[in-house]
Amino acid sequence: METGVHELTAGYALDALEPAERAAYEAHLPGCASCQEELSAFLETTDALAVAASGPEPPSALRGRILDAARAEPPVVVPIESARRRRLTPALGVAAAVAAVVAIALGIWAAHLSSELDKTRSALEGQRSAAAVVADPNARKVSLSSGDGKLIVDDSGRAALVLDDLVAAPAGKTYETWIIAGGTATPAGTFPGGNRVDVVGVDGVVEQGDVVAVTVERHGGTSQPTTRPIVASSPV
Amino acid sequence: MQGSSATLLAFAGSLGPASMRKQLAHLSDEALVALMARGDETALGELYDRVGRIGYGLAVRILRDDRLAEDAVQEGFLAAWRTAASFRAERAKARTWILTLVHRRAVDLVRREERRRAEPLTDEHADTAAGASEPVEEAAWLRFERERVQSALRKLPDAQREAIELAYYGGFSQSELAERLGVPLGTIKSRMFAGLARLRELLDEPSEEGSWRPEFTS
Repeated sequence: METGVHELTAGYALDALEPAERAAYEAHLPGCASCQEELSAFLETTDALAVAASGPEPPSALRGRILDAARAEPPVVVPIESARRRRLTPALGVAAAVAAVVAIALGIWAAHLSSELDKTRSALEGQRSAAAVVADPNARKVSLSSGDGKLIVDDSGRAALVLDDLVAAPAGKTYETWIIAGGTATPAGTFPGGNRVDVVGVDGVVEQGDVVAVTVERHGGTSQPTTRPIVASSPV
Repeated sequence: MQGSSATLLAFAGSLGPASMRKQLAHLSDEALVALMARGDETALGELYDRVGRIGYGLAVRILRDDRLAEDAVQEGFLAAWRTAASFRAERAKARTWILTLVHRRAVDLVRREERRRAEPLTDEHADTAAGASEPVEEAAWLRFERERVQSALRKLPDAQREAIELAYYGGFSQSELAERLGVPLGTIKSRMFAGLARLRELLDEPSEEGSWRPEFTS
């Protein structure tokens, strides 16, 4: 599998991968220095291919439309380390975290996240920390005892679930994450699901022996789980 | 809104190359991305002035539809606007990054619209490459680059060139190409890999005309 993923670099640079391959490659990239280097070089070549396609001039109104649209973006400003500030919009959503990993590794933020994504503001913080956890080379991978995917936990107990092929929550329902410690479940955020890969930040600190689980709950979430978990991690 | 700084910015942003370039022209593309990460709209406008033309040409080539091409360019630039803070200059040039975003959007759109065309390199817009209303040196540079890359492409073995052109300009995935061309998927992957690697070498070779580029592309 690993060698298979390496071979996708040229296809990724040309945007010639199927969505599943693309997601697999983006998940692989942050941890693979040789792929990063190779992709960086290939992207310079595809940049030349882009220039070679130059044709008609864009309509003059396009510039104004882009600036207007940028101006209309919700001004969500999230403080990050030091005095730098960054601007993100909730539209980036939970599933953007995989692309965030690529952005961290490469400075390329996949454009496909601009649509169909969860619009809630609360998702933003979770998404940012999820991306940081997934990108942390020292973070541990914990297998799931039910559900497809994995739980990733960093040294400070921040955690993210990486869930494969989770169908979107039914209308009026949401997925809710729980940290289960000593038989007590604490709410740890909600998310809509429905992406080929969902990367979901776990709100709260996950400690040794805890289990992270996901249930289907009514829209907005509940304070205690009311259904059986569809996803559960092994004890951390 | 009247009299606010937003109005002033809107006004400044609408002035385009003639005035804003005087203020921002000395900045690298990467510096403009850094300004964009702080919400500077004039930096976005300047980047559009530098890269928008190329992005639009690319999107038209892929989508063969002016409206869809505009959508791809707009969404690509907005993705750059939203995520400017995550850009890392050590890995890719800002122009490469923005063109990657536009390309990704165009490919997603063409796949969704199923408007793919199979014929490589038709160059129907080639004659309009040097537009009248843009700076002369930019038109000359675009033409120079275009010819350089196309000449490099022509030096590739046919099968490699075909795989690269159908993927990058046609929006075909590796799997679709394997099926349509009737060759194993592994063969398509190797053709793309070998073709891109060779193309990179060819483009790195110093050309006879020299390697002149305007300052802002460095």
